[in-house]
Amino acid sequence: MSETRKAAPIRGKAHKYGDNVDTDVIIPARYLNESEPAALAAHCMEDLDPAFARKVGKGDLIVAGRNFGCGSSREHAPLAIKASGVACVVAESFARIFYRNAINIGLAILECPEAAREAQAGDELELDLAAGKVRNLTKGSEHGAKPFPPFMRSIMEAGGLIEYHRERLARK
Amino acid sequence: MGMTMSQKIIAARAGLPAVEAGDLVEAGVDMALGNDITAPVAIREFRRTGAGAVFDRSRVALVPDHFAPNKDIKSAQQCKAMREFALEMGIEHYFEVGEAGIEHALLPERGLVLPGELVIGADSHTCTYGAVGAFSTGVGSTDLAAAMASGSVWLKVPAAIRFRLAGELGGWASGKDLILHIIGMIGVDGALYRSMEFCGPGVAGLSMDERFTIANMAIEAGAKNGIFPVDRATRSWAASVSGRRYAEYEADADAEYEATVDVDLAAVPPTVAFPHLPSNARPIGEAEGVALDQVVIGSCTNGRIEDLRVAASILRGRRVAKGLRCLVFPGTQKIYLQALREGLVEDIVGAGAVFSAPTCGPCLGGHMGILAEGERALSTTNRNFVGRMGHSGSEVYLASPAVAAASAIAGAICDPAKIADPAGGRAAARPRDGRGGER
Ligand code: SF4
Repeated sequence: MSETRKAAPIRGKAHKYGDNVDTDVIIPARYLNESEPAALAAHCMEDLDPAFARKVGKGDLIVAGRNFGCGSSREHAPLAIKASGVACVVAESFARIFYRNAINIGLAILECPEAAREAQAGDELELDLAAGKVRNLTKGSEHGAKPFPPFMRSIMEAGGLIEYHRERLARK
Repeated sequence: MGMTMSQKIIAARAGLPAVEAGDLVEAGVDMALGNDITAPVAIREFRRTGAGAVFDRSRVALVPDHFAPNKDIKSAQQCKAMREFALEMGIEHYFEVGEAGIEHALLPERGLVLPGELVIGADSHTCTYGAVGAFSTGVGSTDLAAAMASGSVWLKVPAAIRFRLAGELGGWASGKDLILHIIGMIGVDGALYRSMEFCGPGVAGLSMDERFTIANMAIEAGAKNGIFPVDRATRSWAASVSGRRYAEYEADADAEYEATVDVDLAAVPPTVAFPHLPSNARPIGEAEGVALDQVVIGSCTNGRIEDLRVAASILRGRRVAKGLRCLVFPGTQKIYLQALREGLVEDIVGAGAVFSAPTCGPCLGGHMGILAEGERALSTTNRNFVGRMGHSGSEVYLASPAVAAASAIAGAICDPAKIADPAGGRAAARPRDGRGGER
């Protein structure tokens, strides 16, 4: 994840969804009897958009409304999205467990209400996560997003929560 | 500036004199919980930390409940991975099928969560334990892995919304109706990232079982946690489950709340949440008559003994409607036994309902009661998202055990007052033989 953060801005095509996209539609419980990311990706968004797994391309973006990822704590949801090749999820707001899971596993996310509301399916967006900027190349607009607090950046810079703890354990 | 109850617990466990909303802290964990879905991922991540042992063998709880008893080969593999890890690490609170139950009913029953403690669980309904005045919140598997290795968790200190309860619930209205009513008022992101702190004179009239139900659904309003003050009922409950010492925290008089919501309990009607969000709440009068294929009574929301008593009181001597399937799941083995002793199981089975072993089962569309396309269920569980209990073309309505039982008899959503004693209500939750049951 540290690479995606430090490297050039993310540029991708938007797949657009509404408010309260819950983890039950991101990855239905019937597939939770396993946890291999690739297997989960095959069913990503299945109960909301059955065509998603087929049409999503590497580097694409999910753009959604309020409270994205609400519901269960299943980390399988951000894992499935990440394994689908999605480079970042941009939303008006995120449900809190999804938010922390995404940071912990290294799925880029960005809270930017204006950009999320404005974007339409198929729009080309360019995201600068470090600076907190979203440019809609299709519409020619630009919006500021909330940058991450330093503590979360240190987790992300370590490459995720496990790496962060591994470094700390090694220092002990 | 003063602190809320949640903030005080976080400050204490972070070793800080004070915290403010928005602070990022690392806090010590009194109990870390995982289940058969989330623990296998956490175990994989735990291995990657390089830690050779869990931070404290007595502060990790692992519960196979979602797909257990194993529903298929893949589930069996997941349960096995968890069992072997528990053995290898010497984890004291691993509960095998037969001694277990649904995690959020089980942990409090075993005295593993007491007031003032800080609990995280890789399950969103870990917020249930706020009922006893603990700070408890759901996290992901990677958080659980890190907590098992380090004994700590990173937390953003939440702001809070205060719910001031006055009066008493009337008729068949219960804690479940109250929380559905509140979520209907504030929406599924109405408390996003925040604590829901319940207070006021109305708290005293809520049983511990009802407080568990209410705190359980805080996540359905987007909250980080829901929490109740520690009072006489909490103390006598704590003494009944554990001899451990615990600390009591109270919100400061000048604690800051983002909002205060006043709720008159007497005005809360039996409430039903329509598909596909828990916030689509309507009073029973606007829900009656919706035809049903299945009724489910159980889960970490409403699988406790009082819930079974209320359901049994309505089912006793009546018949489940022809063509409707009624499934009842006790929360734990202990609740199961108590239900047997009180004769509740006989009432339930005698009415033509199924009484099963404790499991999450149908609550998450796991097993033992999956819905087909176009089918409609009313359930005492906590989520009615698209596809939650089965086919993406099925529907789930959420309600209390009383509404569920009455609807099972009627074959359609039904006000319990129309079938059973209109004034009977919450008296039905009292123990039949004078044993157990904290009011
Ligand atoms: S009963 Fe339902 S909501 Fe509760 S822990 Fe099990 S699956 Fe989750």
